[in-house]
Amino acid sequence: MYFTRRVFSMLVTLWIIVTLTFLIMHSIPGDPFSTDAKALPEDVLENMREKYNLDKPLPLQYVLYIKNLLLLDFGPSIQSNRDVNTMIATGFGASAILGLQSLVLSIILGIGLGGLAALYHHRFLDFLSMLIAIIGISVPSFILAPLLIKYAAVEWGLLPVASWGTWQHTILPTIALTVGPVAIIARFVRASMIEVLNQNYIRTAEAKGLSDFQVVLRHGLRNGLIPVITFIGPLFASLITGTFVIEKIFAIPGIGKYFVDSIFNRDYPVILGTTIFYSIILIITLFLIDLSYRFIDPRIKLSSRED
Amino acid sequence: MSALLEVNNLEVFFSVYGGSVQAVRGAAFHVNKGETLALVGESGSGKSVTAQSIIGAMSHKRGTKLNGSILFKGKDVLKMKKRQLYEIRGSEIGFVFQDPMTSLNPTMTIGKQIEEGVTLHQQLSKKEVKKTAIELIRLVGIPDAEQRYHQYPHEFSGGMRQRVIIAIALACKPELIIADEPTTALDVTIQAQILDLLRDIQTKNSTAILLITHDLGVVAESAQRVAVMYAGMIVETGTVEEIFDSPKHPYTWGLLNSVPRLERNERLTPIEGSPPDLFEPPRGCPFVERCKYAMEVCVQHLPPSTAISGDHRVLCWLLDERANRDIGERGEQIV
Repeated sequence: MYFTRRVFSMLVTLWIIVTLTFLIMHSIPGDPFSTDAKALPEDVLENMREKYNLDKPLPLQYVLYIKNLLLLDFGPSIQSNRDVNTMIATGFGASAILGLQSLVLSIILGIGLGGLAALYHHRFLDFLSMLIAIIGISVPSFILAPLLIKYAAVEWGLLPVASWGTWQHTILPTIALTVGPVAIIARFVRASMIEVLNQNYIRTAEAKGLSDFQVVLRHGLRNGLIPVITFIGPLFASLITGTFVIEKIFAIPGIGKYFVDSIFNRDYPVILGTTIFYSIILIITLFLIDLSYRFIDPRIKLSSRED
Repeated sequence: MSALLEVNNLEVFFSVYGGSVQAVRGAAFHVNKGETLALVGESGSGKSVTAQSIIGAMSHKRGTKLNGSILFKGKDVLKMKKRQLYEIRGSEIGFVFQDPMTSLNPTMTIGKQIEEGVTLHQQLSKKEVKKTAIELIRLVGIPDAEQRYHQYPHEFSGGMRQRVIIAIALACKPELIIADEPTTALDVTIQAQILDLLRDIQTKNSTAILLITHDLGVVAESAQRVAVMYAGMIVETGTVEEIFDSPKHPYTWGLLNSVPRLERNERLTPIEGSPPDLFEPPRGCPFVERCKYAMEVCVQHLPPSTAISGDHRVLCWLLDERANRDIGERGEQIV
């Protein structure tokens, strides 16, 4: 019951996103052909408009688009004439690998750093890890990435400068992608763990004779991580769908660049395709996160409203 | 009778911004094997800090300084290393906390929480540990022990949770249970049940209990001896009869006078004023400002400990030979 209701509401959410994106996209001044440097002859333009249904009234365009969408067809890109489905399919691999690596690393390092800071609250290790976290938040990835390339790749020659291929190619972009999220997760974990470690049940655990380490591991972490999970959902969605800046800098054939390029080009099918793709991943992730709460926090029950 | 626990001249300082607060100022008392000592006093008198010092929760903490000694079975808890503390906690000293609603881990089943201490201190197989846990749940009077074993704290009422906390404290049959206001957060009817439970356990296992409370009703019902704590000091100690029938310290008089009684239909008599600021503790008797019988000497010097009889000791200048004996008598009449 919970499941069906949830799936239904996910579909409604998706429909609202599609509709809003469609409307906003068409309200941006200009169209796919007005950005082209060389002006096309009038009759060619007309042919093009007809091919992409742009000559029809907006409501009809909307209906036609939804119809294709129900067949899981995002249509062809106006800019490149490639299928949006194919573009996403080929680009997603690289973005997802980078994103997953970076997510796993962010979670491990973030929890480690934040946990240490909480354990050594107001002591040297706390200040050190929070210093690292602040630097991580403050330095944007487009600064960090060129620095990494300059030193690790160019000067020391440890790793390839850019492009995609071997496992080594993923190291620098993964680092560049990870630093920000690590810092955010670390701060989250620290705040949450400090709160948890002051709870009464921690004193109960200590009174049983558990060592400080056991107390944190068995009673602190699980409770301290509940709020962090909330943050990890959206982070996961945004990381695996690629990032424009990092993919541009490292010349990675991911889908991140389509998000930005398509808007500049008013490439309507690509705008919609990438937005919907991102939304689907986000919605499913949030759903999975909600499911996982159930296993982490027994007080939360997934149930229909009638219960 | 040998003392199981002996607290001598315990002092606890907390460093705070701009100085330090002396939460416990030379507390001294002892708990004999198998008896219940009630530690009574108002909020902020240092009861809980004293209790937590006994399981070493105050040592090894930054910003906290302890003096004196706490001898548990002859060994000084304050000198113990962390590892030694881990060994006595839970196995020889059990601790029952004040607030059952927040003292259990919300994401761990009751069974697992009870088992933790057992696994830690006893060499038992997994099966035996589980059996022990279920027996403990039954022992503290929770019905359907097998089902309850798998449940989480939020599925228990306050009184039932306090039973679980008692089960955790009992897990390894400790010789001493420290119960820090175990009934304060509970309904009156539940309070009686919890006190009965503690008493049952005490007679079954001949466990000593250090009962911390500010409820004199609870004291009269469950303790054999009483220590009255005020501003970090034990101002009077004695048997329940001695304290209730012939109290000697003006603070004890005040405490007893502020208890509502069924047979007397009159307004309660509060103790006027409030306890001294322990950031700058007074030089003399800490009660002097609220004491109707205060003398010159009370302001200047700390009163010595006077033995009335056997265990009955009082920290008050009124009991000095030079003081006016009439006042002591008058005080008793007030009560």
